[in-house]
Formats: sequence, C-alpha cells, structure tokens
Amino acid sequence: MIEIELDGKKVGVAEGSTVMHAAEKSGTHIPHFCYHKKLSIAASCRMCLVDIEKMPKPMPACATSVTQGMIVRTKTDKAIKAQQSVMEFLLINHPLDCPICDQGGECQLQDIAVGYGGTASRYEEEKRVVKVKDVGPLISMQEMSRCIHCTRCVRFGQEIAGVMELGMSNRGEHSEIETFVGQSVDSELSGNMIDICPVGALTSKPFRYSARTWELSRRKSVSPHDSTGANLIVQVKNNRVMRVVPFENEAVNECWIADRDRFSYEALNSTERLTTPMIKQGGKWNEVDWKTALEYVAHGLRNIKSEHGAASIGALVSPHSTLEELYLTGALVRSLGSENIDYRLRNAEFDTGRSGARWLGLPIAALSNLQSVLVVGSNLRKDHPLFAQRIRQAVRHGGEVSVVASGRVDWAMPVAHDQVVPAAQWVQALVDIAAAVAQEKSVAAPQSGNVTPVALDIARSLIAGERAAVLLGNGAAHHAQALSLLKLANWIGEQTGATVGYLTEAANTVGAQLMGALPGAGGLHAGQMLGGALKAALLLNTEPEFDSAAGAAAVKALAGCEMVVSLSPFKTNMECADVLLPVAPFTETSGSFVNAEGRVQSFHAVVKPLGETRPAWKVLRALADILGLPGFGFDVSTDVLAQALYGVADSESGMVIPARLSNASAGVQAASVPWVEPCVAPIYQLDGLVRRASSLQLTADAHMTVSSEVVA
Amino acid sequence: MNAASLLAQFQATGAQTSFHNRHINPQIMAGLDGSNWRLKDYETRGGYQALRQVLGQAGAPAMTQDQVIAVVKESSLRGRGGAGFPTGLKWSFMPRQFPGDKYLVCNSDEGEPGTCKDRDIMEFNPHIVIEGMIIAAYAMGIAVGYNYIHGEIFHTYQRFEEALEEARAAGYLGDNILGSGFKFQLHAAHGFGAYICGEETGLLESLEGKKGQPRYKPPFPASFGLYGKPTTINNTETFAAVPWIIRNGGAAYVACGKPNNGGTKIYSVSGDVELPGNYEVPMGTTFAKLLELAGGVRKGRQLKAVIPGGSSSPVLPANIIMDCTMDYDSIAKAGSMLGSGAVIVMDDSRCMVKSLQRLSYFYMHESCGQCTPCREGTGWLSRVVDRIETGQGRPSDMELLNSVAENIQGRTICALGDAAAMPVRAMLKHFMPEFEYHVVHKTCMVPAYV
Repeated sequence: MIEIELDGKKVGVAEGSTVMHAAEKSGTHIPHFCYHKKLSIAASCRMCLVDIEKMPKPMPACATSVTQGMIVRTKTDKAIKAQQSVMEFLLINHPLDCPICDQGGECQLQDIAVGYGGTASRYEEEKRVVKVKDVGPLISMQEMSRCIHCTRCVRFGQEIAGVMELGMSNRGEHSEIETFVGQSVDSELSGNMIDICPVGALTSKPFRYSARTWELSRRKSVSPHDSTGANLIVQVKNNRVMRVVPFENEAVNECWIADRDRFSYEALNSTERLTTPMIKQGGKWNEVDWKTALEYVAHGLRNIKSEHGAASIGALVSPHSTLEELYLTGALVRSLGSENIDYRLRNAEFDTGRSGARWLGLPIAALSNLQSVLVVGSNLRKDHPLFAQRIRQAVRHGGEVSVVASGRVDWAMPVAHDQVVPAAQWVQALVDIAAAVAQEKSVAAPQSGNVTPVALDIARSLIAGERAAVLLGNGAAHHAQALSLLKLANWIGEQTGATVGYLTEAANTVGAQLMGALPGAGGLHAGQMLGGALKAALLLNTEPEFDSAAGAAAVKALAGCEMVVSLSPFKTNMECADVLLPVAPFTETSGSFVNAEGRVQSFHAVVKPLGETRPAWKVLRALADILGLPGFGFDVSTDVLAQALYGVADSESGMVIPARLSNASAGVQAASVPWVEPCVAPIYQLDGLVRRASSLQLTADAHMTVSSEVVA
Repeated sequence: MNAASLLAQFQATGAQTSFHNRHINPQIMAGLDGSNWRLKDYETRGGYQALRQVLGQAGAPAMTQDQVIAVVKESSLRGRGGAGFPTGLKWSFMPRQFPGDKYLVCNSDEGEPGTCKDRDIMEFNPHIVIEGMIIAAYAMGIAVGYNYIHGEIFHTYQRFEEALEEARAAGYLGDNILGSGFKFQLHAAHGFGAYICGEETGLLESLEGKKGQPRYKPPFPASFGLYGKPTTINNTETFAAVPWIIRNGGAAYVACGKPNNGGTKIYSVSGDVELPGNYEVPMGTTFAKLLELAGGVRKGRQLKAVIPGGSSSPVLPANIIMDCTMDYDSIAKAGSMLGSGAVIVMDDSRCMVKSLQRLSYFYMHESCGQCTPCREGTGWLSRVVDRIETGQGRPSDMELLNSVAENIQGRTICALGDAAAMPVRAMLKHFMPEFEYHVVHKTCMVPAYV
C-alpha cells in the first residue's frame, strides 16, 4: 500500500498503481480521453496532465506511477493551464458539428470542453478534413474529422478483441484511424469500439440519426443470446427500442458486450413480427383474437389427449426462453399428464438421469485467470465471444489454451496446442489425452490410447496449471457421443485438478435444466419429438427448421401432427403450425435467465408488447386456466419465479444452489446413436432474434456457413 | 555550382565534408581519405587494439566489465546524439545480471537537419563504430546488437553491411570473438526516412517492425527496451569515441577536452560559411576558432546568428555565440544546446522569418501524430509563421506563436514537441523586430540573398 496526497487528501493505493487510479479511488475527476481502465496506457491525449511536486513538468496522471509520499495537485495553475492548452489543441481541428453529431450529449470531448475549453478559438486556419471510411454494416466512420486520435479503438482491437483491425496510419496531423486498405471491421466484439470512442468518430450505423441521447430512457436488461448473460442497458424512445449498450458488471460481461447482444434489437422492430394470434383453417391463415386462439388450442389439446392419450402431447422449448416461461410450459405439459418436454433440440445424444444441471463449473470471472484450459468441440470465439475475451486475457497473462476441434479457426489468441481431428474422432482425442495424463501421473488410463506428442503437451499443460479447466463447447454438448466426451473430460479433470465445465449454448441452458425442461420418466426427448412421435406439439420460442439438429426434416415430421402451436414473437413455423401465438421477446416481458455460471438474472419489460403480443408466461397461464388445470393462479411473473426457484436458487446471492449444478457423468447413455456431425449454430443464426437482425446479417460472420465454422 | 554537381563532388571525394587538414587533434577522423575504410586500413591505424586490450590479448589481463565502465565514466564521455547524457553512467544502468536477452542499439538515424557526422563516420570509418559497440557489449554483457541507420543514406547502410561482413570474417564478431569465448552478433538495419525514428524509443518501435512512435517513459530502455528487454542505445559518434578512450585511458580523454566535456567532437558546420563540412575539434574550442576553420562567413558578410546544435536547438545571435566555447556546458549557459553538433551559420542576408518558416514546416511534417500538443500544435505554428512570411501576419501573431509554443513545450511524450517549440521561442526572443517588420510592411527586413 502506498499513500499519496491528492489535492490535500490522503489516498492509499496498491503499489504499481498510477495517479489516475488514486484519483478514481478518491473520487477526484481528472479529465482524460485516451485512458481507459481496461486498455493499456497510451498517455497520448495529454488531457490528464497534473502537477506533481518535485516534477518540473506537468505529468500525465494515467501513466505516472505513485510513489510513497507523492504530492499531486490536479487544480493548480500549472495543471489547469496544461489541461486547457491540450483542450485547445484538441479543438482546433475538431469540427463544430455537435448539433448534428450522434455523440452530442454523450460526448467526452463536449463534456470536458465545457470545463476546460475556451469560449472562442484562436485558430483561424482551415480545419482538417479526414476522408470517410466504410468498415462494414455496424460501425460508421463517416465523420473521421471528429477523431481525436486517442487510439482507444486500436488498443481495443489489439488487446480485447485480439485482432488489430483498426490502426493509425500516416503521420502527424495526417494521422488517420483506418483499416488496412479498405478492409472491414469484422470482429464479433466490434461494437464496443463505438462505446469507447470518446467522440463522434465511430458511431453505430444502425442507430445513426434516429434519436438524440437525451430523448432516450435507459432500462436494464439481460442479453437473451449466449450463456454469458451479458447485462444490457436498453435505450427506448416512444415505446421502441432504439439501441442497446452494455451495463457494466465486472463479474459477468465487464464493460463489454458482443455485437450479437448489441445489434439484435433490430429484429424487435422487424416486419416479421407476429402481432396478432393466427389460426390456420383450410390451409389459410386467419387473424383471430386471443380468446378464440386459446380456446382453439385448449379444445385441440383436450381432443388429442382423449383420442391419443396425454403421451402424444409434447413441448419443444428454446433455451433462450425465460425461467418463467420454461417453468410454466413444463407445468402445463405435466399437468396434462405428459412427460414430453425438451430443450435439447440441437443434441444428437440424449442422456437421462443427470444429477444436476450441466454448467460452466466455475465462475465466469475465473476464466480470465486460468493458467491452462482445454477447450473441446467449440468455436469459442464465435459461440461465446465474451468467454473467449476472458480466456484471451488469461492467455495475455501467460495462460495456455489447448484445443480439440475439427477445424482450425482463428480464435484471435495464441493457441498453445491443438488437436485438429474430425468430430467423429474427438472421443479418441480425449482418450489419447487421458492416456497421456495417466502416463504423466503414473495411474491406469481409463481406456488404452496413443500417447501422441500433442496429447502429451496438452496433458502436461493441464497438470502444470494450478488454475486449469476442461471446457466442453456446443459441438461437444451436441455430439453423438456427448456423454463419452464428458466422462473422459471428468477423468482428465480428476487426475489433473482441472475444473470440468460446459460452456452451455444459450442464455438459459442452465435454467432450462433447472426448470425441468427435460423429459421425465417415459417421456420423449427432443429427437423423438422432432422425429414425428407427437400428435400435438407446443413450440416455445423455437423454429425447429433452424434451431434443431433435424432441420427441414423436423418441419416435415411436425407437419404430421394434428396440432402444432407456435409461441413466438415472429411469423414463423407457418408450414407446420396450426396456431401462431404472438409472445413477447425479452424486451417486452419480465423474466429471468440463469447464465453458465448459475447466476439468476431477472429483468423487466422495457417496452410495451407490440400489437396483440403478450408475455408468454401470461399466455401459458391463460391456457392452463381454460384447460382447467390447477396451480396456475399467478398474478405477476415474480410469483412464478418465486415458485420456480424454490429450492433451486439462493435468493440472497442470486446464485443457483451448488447442489443443483453438476457436471458429473452419472447420466445414462442412450442406446447407441447413429453418427451425425454435431449441430452448431453459426454466430448469427443462434436464435430467432439474431437471425432477423438485419445489420448483423450483413456482416462477414453472417456469411459463414455451419460447415466452414466447425469443419473449416 | 549546382546541387547535382556538389553532390557528385562529395560522392567522389568527400572533400567538402570530412577530408581536410583543418581538424584539431582528431580521433575519429584521423587519417581518413575516403578510400581507407576497410578492415585492414583500420587495423593499420591501430584498429581493434582496444578490443584486444579489453579481451586480454594485448599482453595484459582482460579488463573486467566494471573496469571498462569505470574508464568510460572517467573519460566524461557524453552522448553525442544530442542529449549529452554521460555514457558511462548510462552503461552502468544496464541490469547486467538480468538473465534474459539484452540488446545494444546504435542510433545512426541521423535526421536532425544540419547533421551529417554519423554518415561520414560510418561511410569512411565504419570499423571504429563496430569496435566501440563490441566493447560496449562486452562491458554490459550483451550478445546482440543492432545499428539502425537513417533510411536516406542507403549507400552508407550498404557500406556498413560490408564492414560487418569483414569483421565477422576476421573473427571480431561472432560466437567466440578472437577466441576469448565472448559472443556478440551485430546487425545493421535501416529506417525509411522518419525523423521521429531517431528518438530512441521511436527507433526501438521501428526496429521491432512497428510504426515509429516514441514510447512513454518511464520505463526507460534500460529496463524495457527492444522487444521489452533491457537495452542500451547510444549514438554512432559515442561508440566511435570508445576505442580511443580504452587505448589512452579516461583521463587522457578528459584532458583533450575540458572537465565534464571530455574528448573531441565532430561539428557539422553548414550554412553561410566558405568551407562547410565536418570538423573534429576538442571540446571547449571557441566558436570563433570553429568558424575560422570553416573559412569564415561566406563572402565576408556579417555573422547574424548561429543554430549551434541542429535545427531543434534555440538560435543564438552573433554577439552571444561569439563568446561561447563549443561544449555542452558553455552552450547550455548561453541558452541553447550543443545537441548533435550541427552548427548552422546564418549571415546578415538571412531572413529569420523565412528560416523559421522552413524549420516549422519540418517539425509539422515530422510529428508522429501520437500525442495531441505536437500533432495539432506543430501544424498551427507552421501555419502562423507561414502567414507572417507571406505578408498575411497580424500584430497579435507573435504573441500567439509564443503561447502555442509554450503550450507544446514540456507537455508531449517525446522531445519532438520541445524541438518544434524551442526554435520558435528563440527566434522570437532574439529577432522580434524582423517579425514585426514582416507584419507591418508585408515584406522582408533583409534583402533577398543573392
């Protein structure tokens, strides 16, 4: 601990801290542009110059390390004069276009200029004009004359995204931020550059010129896409979501979100939204009111139950649905007397008898500090952009990443060891690694394998790492031998001390398991239901054609049902469905997700439901009422949640009770599964929202197919 | 004589620059004629004897690292690149016990306008630099060195590469130098013509293959240098001084200069003199003597002003510089810097506004653009000087210039900001009437040079 005096106040900070850290700690504002707490120090904007005793020149607070007894003054003549002069320099070439600038009102330069800028400019020459750049569908670089060369975006690329897509070319006042000869910015985290740009140089292309910041109300939410559960601020104007930015949560998403979290809101206003219930009669779709629609569904379910028995009714649910929706769907199906419910639409193998919900195995924040990690069957960077970011930081600090995958895709981080084999050989790859571990630890191997050089490298890396993990990706979870992979991973974990976890695919994959969205005894699993074993199917937030391993075949099979009810925000499943019920996307309903680490995160609706759309939990409750099922008398979604989480989560910590989470391979392996390639959704095909987000669909990532992602 | 024929004459003979009998007690330039640059010529002049002495192959036992550093400290050799930092002290900062890689870098990115000494040293006496670097590497326990050579003097780079080949073939460089077991590899690299790459950390970035932009200091190169490893960087002329110091001792070096300013220094005298060129003279030689060696002011005109240490050093008017001796301390006392030793002489026909216009343009052009005051301020300075020179100036412009220069100075990452600001402030300080005349009369105070 080092104590310094800052503007007369004593501040204690850790050794190696800078004056800026001390100022942040003591609540003293030092103006700055290039400094960002998550990025390396550039010390180039010079805005944070302060007066330090015994130093002849003003020193940058962001780059000056504290020393015992240092006396810092941020408000002396020397400091203020230096800051004012830097502000003058920044403004001489900055356009005076605040009234038409998207950043106006939330611009650091504008804010700080109020405190440190002059009222008139002494610069009378022509201002610099910088040519515009087109870097793709997400980031607008139309007004690069506004750039103040803080290089935050450049350092973000190098350090956080792992790809240096933007750089500062040329020299002196001709310096420009641009990509390498006209390339686009393709990082899956690129939108964060818009947030960290302190001026209006990098702006959001989809949002541009659609609202001013002060017109927007800000509401907290949680991303419904991958299993990070990134915290969001959804910004709303006139009951319409205008944009999404991160809400800082150091334990979850830090201050970043993936482009998927940021730009998927465009789908909320898409023309494909379903705004009123619809029933197909005589091959024609008719708009109906809710009463008619629900009675039609109830009538159908009753008939099918009495004709074919309850076991012919089933629900296919999306793991992007909320806890409340999943809980009520499960309760509805089970009240009808069926055990047919499953969230595992993309799985090939369906194990039974899990001892707890499959989960990450460790806190998300711990990913940043891993010393060794083996990732099996994942396209980490595209499947889990923010987990990849954390592991990238671990690698930057000396951690080692090993990979078992079917293709070598650029992860934008150095990979220490990789075993690239077709997915059909992943089990063998783990057997080999286990054999290598066995050799190193002088224990008996679980199966006889070949101790290949790569296997040995991976084994040694896991053994050497004090904080190590074996992480199973979406490809491993959806694999035809998923349970074998897990068993081997668990054996490797036990022997090496590595934590074993599933990255888990969706925002509520862990939650879906906890809510019992898995078939009970005698129930049908997703594969069977998608194979045509049902007479009546409920589709909750899912489009089997895109969201299931069966793909188009699922649609055919479902079309053979007597009744298919699609609960979705979108006009979809129209080929196989008989009833479309417009249910609210995450912005129009309250709800909760459990992320990969078992954190329960609830959110409110941020806008009113579009048209006749209703929150799915209300729809399910009303349907149960019409069916005369008992136990659905919920008035508010928090009542549903309270009941759903009873015995599942600790309400104080907001975390799932540890006993309910388990990656033990106790489950029973299904009878031998015919080989299929694991079904993994490409980054912008993960769920119904991202699929319809128009700008995301224009990115380079959207043009990658499943095969190029996984097989490469 | 036109520029092309001047250049041809120089390339053929070097007569205008370094080969003349007007050096005083030369150490580096001694006995050079432009053709005797090869290894055998250097050995004939006593070359590589200092290295043999250090390695214990000259009859006496090998010198320890501490002994070498002590001799250099005693010599009061100061960095010849511009800052004048004591070389022995710099060498002692090197963490010799650091177990990983360490680097030695020679800064031959001689970009300071007016300076051309390193070019001639490397072209006409390259082995003296190589020997100096090997000794330095030995003293600091370094196994790899680089010589980063200014991109515009490509033929000099090629010459240096040739000299390196000779040294390798003769066993002066390699894994077992002269059978002593000492290992040192030296490589040459060339820049691509950016002034900022002469700043030591900008040079390191460029050497690493990145854009040449200075790093924020601290950490200094001694702890975080090339590829993040401890690194010592010295100027070409500094290394070239080392062999003489080893052979003759630190005290002898001090004796041929003056206290705290040891040895000889090469001055690149340019501008309005009859015999422009490189002059190696002892530290502490009077400016008057140096001017006399260079043939005096051209065409017998009046001396008006001198920029004593390269374009970034503040200009000194004739009456001040004529009282100075040419060494770090005297020039600093007079309010300027000895810098790289580029003496730019201006006679009474020179317009100081025009001169400053050229200088300011240079700094605007060469600013790396990284930090705000320099990126924005150098252009501003240049444009205001421009408008004064072209008759568009306003009475308030001089105050504006002073204020902008003041706002740049001391607030940038590297010294380029200071380098841009100092000439402006010095010109205004000493020659304000000329600027005022320009503003009022929209023309020069002095007649155009003929």
